[in-house]
Amino acid sequence: MIPSIWAWLTSPENWCGTFGIANRLAQHVGYSLLVVLIAAAIGIPLGLWVGHTGRGRWLISAANAARAVPTLGLLFALALWVGPHIPGRAAFAVPSIIALVLLAIPPILAGTYAGVGAVSPAARDAAKGIGMTPQQVLTKVEIPCALPLMWSGLRSAVLQVVATATIAAYIGLGGLGRFLIDGLAQADYAQTAGGAILVCLLALAVDGLLALVQRLVVSPGLSGRARTRREIVLASGKDGAPGDVAHSTSA
Amino acid sequence: MTWLADHWGEVWTLLLQHVWLAAVPLVLGLVIALPLGWAARRWRAAYPVLVTTSGLLYTVPSLALFILMPLILGTRILDPINVVAAMTVYTVALLVRSVADGLGAVPEDVRAAATAMGYKGFRRLLAVELPLAIPVLTAGLRVAAVSNVSIVSVASLIGVAQLGNLLTDGYNRAINGELITGIVACVLLALAFDAVINAVGRILTPWTRA
Repeated sequence: MIPSIWAWLTSPENWCGTFGIANRLAQHVGYSLLVVLIAAAIGIPLGLWVGHTGRGRWLISAANAARAVPTLGLLFALALWVGPHIPGRAAFAVPSIIALVLLAIPPILAGTYAGVGAVSPAARDAAKGIGMTPQQVLTKVEIPCALPLMWSGLRSAVLQVVATATIAAYIGLGGLGRFLIDGLAQADYAQTAGGAILVCLLALAVDGLLALVQRLVVSPGLSGRARTRREIVLASGKDGAPGDVAHSTSA
Repeated sequence: MTWLADHWGEVWTLLLQHVWLAAVPLVLGLVIALPLGWAARRWRAAYPVLVTTSGLLYTVPSLALFILMPLILGTRILDPINVVAAMTVYTVALLVRSVADGLGAVPEDVRAAATAMGYKGFRRLLAVELPLAIPVLTAGLRVAAVSNVSIVSVASLIGVAQLGNLLTDGYNRAINGELITGIVACVLLALAFDAVINAVGRILTPWTRA
């Protein structure tokens, strides 16, 4: 069993061409990226608004309750009811993309809302006290402080999308899921398992990458790496004013 | 509605199958996660290792895990054991963290008071720390249950019968009634799991309502 999977994964003709692994991988990444960008464009502003103003909390409850809807059912319902209204080849891709966006919004929305909600009132008041406008409070204090939770919401959305995009191959979406679905239909276990291994590797790689980016974008004052930064500030002496040092440690 | 009336027996069988495939891993997962979560709390070095590993396991997409299970277990692809094993993996992955954080949330003075009253080691864990961790555990179990019910339906793609069959068959033959029945049944089942776990959690922690 394992040698045949290995043979499938390593044979050069399986990697090339429109139906090859390389192209399927690019499709999978492309669709996932598109979906997450759309979902983030909707979920992040909405979460910030609910978290900042405290209004519309029902949106969060609704998004959480929506997680009980089976992903497979959502995909099939959209394919059956939306697909026929869309002309041409897009009839396969558009229902999948809508379903994936709907699945990706709840974790992003919940993460953003929880992140903004968890910002300490003291930090918010201090920002107001030093004369920041509401918009500055949002962009300079609330968003940076909310970033760890926002990012973990984004990470779970990305994983959800990569996993569900695999299943969406059943309703005609391209991507690595084709190997799993087509392999099952053709009772070709080498192809099915080879595809499954590729999907696992992709999910792990993407999650690892997001974890790395998280280390880069989260403020050192929040991630507990402030001390290193303070040492750098002190050592370089570039922004060596006492106020700066105090600021970076208290953040 | 007419579709459901005509196929009541079939839906009921699939529902029971679905309950079995979602509930057994929940129980197995809890039994496995309890000692692991305890170990993550007990030894400082174990926490990041166990939490990272369970995070990585949860990262594996469901369809891929179902397909790879026969390779790991040596079972046939159509064997429902594959689904039970895969769902157990996901449950453990979610619950290890809940157990560890739940035990960690027990206040230090409560632990000290229990020790002063003569509770030691394993008995203190069972009689004091574990009961106090129940609210956090219940929250973790509820998330795991709702996610299990949804993921189990994917198993219809590898030919293991449960409510997901209604989704797949409803889609393949374009029978709206069947597809809607499948979705509604899955949602209701998820809500039922959620309600049962919540109720059990409340019954086990009468002091939270005192």
